[in-house]
Amino acid sequence: MGKITLSNVNKTFGETEVIPSIDLEIEDGEFVVFVGPSGCGKSTLLRLIAGLEDVTSGIIKINGKDATRVPPALRGLAMVFQSYALYPHMSVRKNIAFPLKMAGFNKEDIDQRVEAAANVLNLTDYLERRPGQLSGGQRQRVAIGRAIVREPAAFLFDEPLSNLDAALRGNMRLEITELHQKLKTTMIYVTHDQVEAMTMADKIVVLNAGRIEQVGTPLELYRNPRNLFVAGFIGSPKMNFISGNHAPKFDADTIGVRPEHLKLSTDGGLWEGTVSVSEHLGSDTFLHIKVDNIGTINARAGGEFSAHPGDRLWLTPEEGQVHRLDANGQVL
Amino acid sequence: MARTVTRSHKTLVTVLAWMVGLAIFFPILWTILTSFKTEAEAIASPPSFLAFEWTLENYGDVHERSNYFRHFWNSVVISLGSTLLGLLIAIPAAWAMAFVPGKQTKNVLMWMLSTKMLPPVGVLIPIYLIFRDYGLLDTLSGLVIVLTLINLPIIIWMLYTYFKEIPGEILEAARMDGATLAAEIIHVLTPMALPGIASTLLLNIILAWNEAFWTLNLTAAKAAPLTAFIASYSSPEGLFYAKLSAASTMAIAPILIMGWFSQKQLVRGLTFGAVK
Repeated sequence: MGKITLSNVNKTFGETEVIPSIDLEIEDGEFVVFVGPSGCGKSTLLRLIAGLEDVTSGIIKINGKDATRVPPALRGLAMVFQSYALYPHMSVRKNIAFPLKMAGFNKEDIDQRVEAAANVLNLTDYLERRPGQLSGGQRQRVAIGRAIVREPAAFLFDEPLSNLDAALRGNMRLEITELHQKLKTTMIYVTHDQVEAMTMADKIVVLNAGRIEQVGTPLELYRNPRNLFVAGFIGSPKMNFISGNHAPKFDADTIGVRPEHLKLSTDGGLWEGTVSVSEHLGSDTFLHIKVDNIGTINARAGGEFSAHPGDRLWLTPEEGQVHRLDANGQVL
Repeated sequence: MARTVTRSHKTLVTVLAWMVGLAIFFPILWTILTSFKTEAEAIASPPSFLAFEWTLENYGDVHERSNYFRHFWNSVVISLGSTLLGLLIAIPAAWAMAFVPGKQTKNVLMWMLSTKMLPPVGVLIPIYLIFRDYGLLDTLSGLVIVLTLINLPIIIWMLYTYFKEIPGEILEAARMDGATLAAEIIHVLTPMALPGIASTLLLNIILAWNEAFWTLNLTAAKAAPLTAFIASYSSPEGLFYAKLSAASTMAIAPILIMGWFSQKQLVRGLTFGAVK
């Protein structure tokens, strides 16, 4: 069981209010991702749940029990840190066994569980090595192994993949998702990478300046962002925002159109512009188009689409794919 | 442009370093040589460097006149006792300062260091009176206490510097793994800081071993360590250089040997963690 409830949680460091007030429910077994730009308070929120920071006011409940003043060791949560935070003086075996040793398990149980975890994570051949002798991906797996052996109520991940190279990051993303499907334990995952958030989460919590901007499934956030911030943050490449004379035609102060929702034509359309850069990715082509009186608009076309700098193109938003925003950046 | 080091420059620096090293070591060497001379040769002018009649007579005399092993034992108890007691207090203190610093942590550290700037003689009388009233004069426990207090600021400073090098996330990981504060310090912090703790231990054993002000002033016969043993040879009856040298050599020999074997750790300790 791993249901976590935050009520009116507030955190200030000295004079600075990092988290004004947050209410959030995380259901048992859910994979929740906290996403937001750096400094938005997502890591602080995770550390508050972990107990590594004390809340200034508010209540944190784990499985219905008030855990606000419970020390981290007794909250029954496990955490994977960005730096892995492995114990450098212990072998992989001892690293993974450490939480069990602290919990007072006997030696046989410890050995059995460590072997099982090592098996799941492909670490069996490395059990006697020190962390310093492992690659980044292996270290990451040791950190995960250390977290799973104790069968915690929930796993907390603090940007666990940001120290890995792109290829490895993709693999580990998949491994963590599979692990969640296998264990069905609550996972809270902090990242600034919206691709990780979109691909892994059951539920995404978008944070900005210590406030929750929106909570929802990845597709809900993609299709129906509540405001300018979420609309701009979720989706890659970023949504185009157009204001000025063109927005009132759609009965809004600003309109947002995703690059993949623009129809391109050489004959005619709503806006006309000149291709400034065309990026061919093989599967896709990203076009940066300078539109008169609007500025640069990014468009996404198929890999076969051919356009060269200087070409004139017409752009038209697809039906029903225009996000209309008011002067305060709220979606209408 | 990178600095170029020529061969002759290197040789010059090496020669200079050896000269400085020898100059520092010369008094110790002279003491050792004198200890093998007769009293007459010890004060002869001009002194002879190596061409004298080597004798072990002084060591025999010193051994007969006083109980070297009792003083040696006292020195061991005082230096080890005060260092271990100091570490026991300093490890949690340095943990607190390094990992949960408050607004006043820096000031507390500076204040602790400032106590080292006070001339010890300034507090001799109050401490002497406290020792007298509590029956601590000429006791090993009294000396252990006073030397612990004197070296505590240095121990805490050194450990603080070493602990600062340990990433806080690793200690947080231990906390998440269910470690209590004691378990965190014993299983994670201490093993990780072991090289630093070893340097601190060695340096403080040496400082305590060589400490002469308090050990001389607060002891008489029972608890007197090797410093008092040496001092007893500069007596009112006159100076016996050869015997004094023999006693000194015997007093510094154990620490010299220990220092020789732990050079590497000591150098690390003396650079206060500045060089990784």
